[in-house]
Amino acid sequence: MIRAVLIAITLLFSTYSTAQLTIEITQGRDNPTSIAVVPLGWQGSGLPKEDVAGIIEADLQRTGQFAPVARGDMLGSPQDQSEVFFNDWRLLNVQYLLIGKMVPTATGLVAQYQLFDVYAQQMILEGRQLGHPDSLRDIAHAISDSIYEKMTGIRGAFSTKILYVSAVKRGEALYTYRLLKADVDGAREQVLFESDDPILTPSWAPDGERIAYVSFETSRPAIFMQNLRTGERTQLTNFQGLNGAPSWSPDGKQLAMVLSKDGSPDIYVMDVETRNLKRVTRHFAIDTEPSWLPDGKSIIFTSDRGGRPQIYQVTLANGYEERLTFEGDYNARARVIPDGSGIIMVHRETRLDDFHIAKLDIDRGTIEALTETTLDESPSISPNGAILLYATKYREKGILAAVSLDGGVKFRLPSRFGDVREPAWSPFLN
Amino acid sequence: MEINKKQLLSAVFASMLLVGCASTDSTDTGEADAAAAAAEAAAAEEAARLAAEEAARKAAEEAAANLPRVFYFDFDQATLSSETRAALDGHIAALKDSNAKVRLEGHADERGTREYNMALGERRANAVANYMIVNGVARYRIETVSYGEERPVASGSSESSWSQNRRVELK
Repeated sequence: MIRAVLIAITLLFSTYSTAQLTIEITQGRDNPTSIAVVPLGWQGSGLPKEDVAGIIEADLQRTGQFAPVARGDMLGSPQDQSEVFFNDWRLLNVQYLLIGKMVPTATGLVAQYQLFDVYAQQMILEGRQLGHPDSLRDIAHAISDSIYEKMTGIRGAFSTKILYVSAVKRGEALYTYRLLKADVDGAREQVLFESDDPILTPSWAPDGERIAYVSFETSRPAIFMQNLRTGERTQLTNFQGLNGAPSWSPDGKQLAMVLSKDGSPDIYVMDVETRNLKRVTRHFAIDTEPSWLPDGKSIIFTSDRGGRPQIYQVTLANGYEERLTFEGDYNARARVIPDGSGIIMVHRETRLDDFHIAKLDIDRGTIEALTETTLDESPSISPNGAILLYATKYREKGILAAVSLDGGVKFRLPSRFGDVREPAWSPFLN
Repeated sequence: MEINKKQLLSAVFASMLLVGCASTDSTDTGEADAAAAAAEAAAAEEAARLAAEEAARKAAEEAAANLPRVFYFDFDQATLSSETRAALDGHIAALKDSNAKVRLEGHADERGTREYNMALGERRANAVANYMIVNGVARYRIETVSYGEERPVASGSSESSWSQNRRVELK
């Protein structure tokens, strides 16, 4: 029955012509690379359901490193190498040119594409992407991934997904909470779970198939696991007190979490298969927000054992604990940068509401704020380590925003209705 | 409470009977009359005491109904203010005469991270719960739950809203 309701909701949402989240780029790079993405040829029946070239342009533009050429300025729309006249594009100061076409196959369609360096007059990338007329967005994101990797050397993350939570107010302290999944550009959102009680801290398993989150549907917080392929939901915890902050281990076999069943909030690790629990920290202060290091041997967490919330690290094998942050009066909810160079966290120097997303450089010990907005929280790093999503307030509404890890590129993803928060960026899914 | 009153009344009735029984052994009817009169007076006194107790209980209940049920806190703090302690003393007095259970819901303002605020809300709810336990309310009658910053009553991003959201609600 619940699943039927969820499907009905999903259908309702999918009828919206535009995504719940829209994108407003607020800061890009100086001298972005000029690229012309020529509308791809279409040999299928009817009209294509999506503007594939437009999706690729938007993907590249969001990185702040590329400036797509306006379609109206293009002097031609080549679909094959034989139709490319480099001089035409050079006149427009175009540095790179993408062309292609989509051809029907027995099972769907194939997109064939080529990327040219206009000044060198050379093809630098040629690719084929299989797909289906109903999933043109997947094809577009896959092409964006290969272009991005070719030009930056960094694996593209345009085909990944995000989870986030929305809250729509219905009355005094009364809200409808939804857990949603969407493409990283906000398109194709789906409601995974809806409740009158709070939902928070969605977390992806490394397999990209299972997620965990906290739901208050039992009138108390409890950690739930949901399989995105089968839709199966499992309640993992039902302890007295806090049941929160689930975080998957890098091997996907364990969940770190915070429980206060033994008095004060402490970090525990649960074996997802056997449900065996192991206590990791033991302190009368608040210990919460665990996050694994990539090697799975240590966990970083927030603790106010020193009087103010700061980041600590615990080694699982021997319980050795170490404080990592000393600058600022509030450092919390840390996440490790995939290459291990540092951690991203919520940071406040001293003032009232100046909560920013900041980067702690592990080697240098320095803290650098990446955002200037206030009330920033819940940073979630893309799997390629290039950019992060976070939640903030904009015009009195909860919105998602993004900033590159070097702080150079920023964009907002405001919600069309309600407040949105708690973004969780998926691992690579392909 | 109703049961307690009946039990008390039957105890009074039984003691009257005992007094009556004792009087049958006595040869002095004047003494028996005096005993009966004394018993009557004692019963009247007992009834008056019960009525006074009942009135006091009602008064405490009414007072508790008018007592604040929401208690406020400073940022990142779980210290009970003197106003909160005074209000809780009233609730504790009313709870002593009943078997009612209470639910304490802890909340935080929007500043800072959500899971830390969840822990902060719990710390506040526990601070209220501990005060009640120390002052005689049985632990099993108190349930605590934290909603962190997930259920604000005031939506703005300024101290006037935040101060309303940093709270424990007694339900």
